[in-house]
Amino acid sequence: MSMERTKAWRYAIPAAVLAVLAAFFFRGLQLDPAYNESPLVCQAAPEFSLPDLADPSRRVSRADFAGRTVLLNVWNSWCAPCREEHPFLLELARIGVPIYGINWDDDRDKALAWLNEVGDPFVASAVDEVGDVAIAYGVYGYPETFLINPEGTILVKHFGPLTPEIWAGKMAPAMEAECAVD
Amino acid sequence: MIPELGQFALVLAVCLSLCQAALPLAGSFTGRTDLMLLARPAAAGQFVFVGLAFAILAYAFLTDDFSVLFVAQNSNSVLPTVYKFTAVWGGHEGSLLLWSLMLASWTLAVAFASRSQPLEFTSRVLGVLGIVSAGILLFTLLTSNPFTRLLPYPVDGVDLNPLLQDPGMVIHPPMLYLGYVGMAVPFAFAVAALLAGRLDRNWARWTRPWTIGAWLFLTCGIALGSWWAYYEVGWGGWWFWDPVENASFLPWLMATALVHSLAVTERRGIFKSWTVLLAISAFTLSLLGTFLVRSGVIQSIHSFANDPARGLFILGLLLLISGGAFVLYAFRAASLESEGGFHPVSRESFLLANNVLLVVATVLILLGTLYPLFIDALNLPEVSIGEPYFNFVFLLPMLPLGALLGYGMHAAWQKMSGMVLLRQLLWPLVLSVALALVLPFIFFGTNSFMTVVGLAAGIWVALSSLVMPLGRALNSDAVRLTRAQWGMCIAHLGVGLFIIAATVTSGYSVEQDVAARVGQRWQLAGYELEFRDLRQIEGQNFTADEAEFEVRKDGRYVAALRPQRRDYPVREVVMTESAIDATAFRDVLIALSDSVGDGAWAVHARYKPLVRFIWIACVIMALGGLLAATDSRYMRPKELRAGVKPAVGVPLEEGGR
Repeated sequence: MSMERTKAWRYAIPAAVLAVLAAFFFRGLQLDPAYNESPLVCQAAPEFSLPDLADPSRRVSRADFAGRTVLLNVWNSWCAPCREEHPFLLELARIGVPIYGINWDDDRDKALAWLNEVGDPFVASAVDEVGDVAIAYGVYGYPETFLINPEGTILVKHFGPLTPEIWAGKMAPAMEAECAVD
Repeated sequence: MIPELGQFALVLAVCLSLCQAALPLAGSFTGRTDLMLLARPAAAGQFVFVGLAFAILAYAFLTDDFSVLFVAQNSNSVLPTVYKFTAVWGGHEGSLLLWSLMLASWTLAVAFASRSQPLEFTSRVLGVLGIVSAGILLFTLLTSNPFTRLLPYPVDGVDLNPLLQDPGMVIHPPMLYLGYVGMAVPFAFAVAALLAGRLDRNWARWTRPWTIGAWLFLTCGIALGSWWAYYEVGWGGWWFWDPVENASFLPWLMATALVHSLAVTERRGIFKSWTVLLAISAFTLSLLGTFLVRSGVIQSIHSFANDPARGLFILGLLLLISGGAFVLYAFRAASLESEGGFHPVSRESFLLANNVLLVVATVLILLGTLYPLFIDALNLPEVSIGEPYFNFVFLLPMLPLGALLGYGMHAAWQKMSGMVLLRQLLWPLVLSVALALVLPFIFFGTNSFMTVVGLAAGIWVALSSLVMPLGRALNSDAVRLTRAQWGMCIAHLGVGLFIIAATVTSGYSVEQDVAARVGQRWQLAGYELEFRDLRQIEGQNFTADEAEFEVRKDGRYVAALRPQRRDYPVREVVMTESAIDATAFRDVLIALSDSVGDGAWAVHARYKPLVRFIWIACVIMALGGLLAATDSRYMRPKELRAGVKPAVGVPLEEGGR
């Protein structure tokens, strides 16, 4: 029962145990699937089918993306940051990046007039009148841009104006990286 | 502008915590009183600025300032006001701020209450608390700033998780965090003792009330969490061994061991290095829990957003704070000499057994919790372990603990005759076994082996807790019980009641999952249930299907229960709100889940005998803790007890300067 005879090295056991645990935790952090800004990142992009802005009799749907890496941009004609990012979207469209738009919370005539005035970077824009597609994509403001790979998986979700920095720093690397799909 | 002030307040708090960490510690080693005297004002200033930051975040929530990202993610303009306030801690960033606020509060309390203790010792305690605080505040600012702006800002927020829109969530997290974070105080005392290289009974006397204080908040916090889970997500379950539940339960087990080990150190001046080890471990488990919950390494329904950067930061903090303490322990623990030995039959032996059993339970539950991590890291095949494992490894050490508890309470310090002890407690032993055999037949008509074991243990613990108060009551000449003794008896009575309640609830609950239509009637454990009505109702931020059930017993009306299935449109979440008819001795719970077509609904009906006593028992335990922590020997700190020398080589008057 005497504590005095306990050998000194025993007092180092707790530190050793913590070190082993910490090693496992470190490993655990590495194994953890990529940090998800949105629960949707690395998930399949939700299906949708909405009327085309330019021609409401036609539908724009997720199936239109098939086989390509696309940007999906949530926009409207009256949001200032949307205007801010617009020139860069035009630039991306010019170099051949397919961009699909979701026009949300907007008036059809005003939206078309605005695109006429500043140029249309979109392959097609879908009109989300009810807002349920925006909800399915977890959108909480405009503009918001999704990078979706040929398999239909969301690689990046970016909130706020898309800039060359974001494109080079966040989107381009994500196209190379593999998504840890579980 | 106002949120920026909040961030500024946080930055100032970090600066003050760094001062509190560095200067008094430096002063304590160089003997510079001026530096040591900085500890208290720094602690007070830190409290003011953390409090200010917290108030500003609360203001942002109450005024729907969705330009603050954290507010936009966790609130909504139609959220009821009370939940706008509790949403402050409904997400990772704000709950970290709550963590810091609790730590600042404990630190302030220690700063004020320690004025009669040697300045050198207090400086080290506050210095260590400063290190912890600086770490958490930096973590908040660098990885999880709650004041980050969101520009352009959204028209409305995405709402608080509906699970958290509940009265139980108003007080559960603050209570839990008070307990969790309170473990930093005994930790700081332990590290201060290691830094000094000496530890005496005064040290234990100072540490013990703080430990019991943190322990009692943790007890209440865990009980509230269990109660919340029971009616909000549990459909009648009250403990799920979820990693996040375990994260709070592990420090509790360790703190319980610590409280008992401190008793031995205070009374007999032994178990010193062991007590210090428990104090460091209890807080380490708190930090570990924080890591598990916030890093995403282990999946749980409670977990916050996953972020390896945050995980790395907390892992670093864990290594710095706990790792530092354990390394210090490795070098210094040998110098904490025991002041004597003890006999195999003595209070010391029983408390040693208590400690060993509680630590065994902690280790086994920790292994079970971290198991998925080990499996992943070592690439082993998945074998699922869940409730059966945890129930087994918890009961394994707890049953002998319950059996020994009654004897331990009545054993004398140092040495006593085993025969005397056995004879003294013969009647509670006989009575508890007899009652455990008979009572289930009287109330429920059946009995089983596990019920007898559980009930016998519970009744035995409860009865033996009453021996001392009853004995004193019957003998008017006897010395009155001290407050601490009352505390011990009441807390252990709570343990006994808890075991009884858990046994009965586990053994005699009736659970039915049925598909029912309006008009249908059926029996649940002697109660008649009738599905009377189903209607649509509208709440402030949800719509719901509400069913009405009438509960009757022997043809007499008992209650009308209205469970709801709520749809929160902003988050697109569906919640089942169960309805409960509660009396002290049984609950009848009904939850409505999905429509299964043809007008039928999946209905979960539960009969839960004695389930309320699970939480009442926890409150009784906490009450016992409150009495023990406020015993007169802790409340009159200036009176030095005869034969006890000051903890460190500084005259006591120094502290008052």
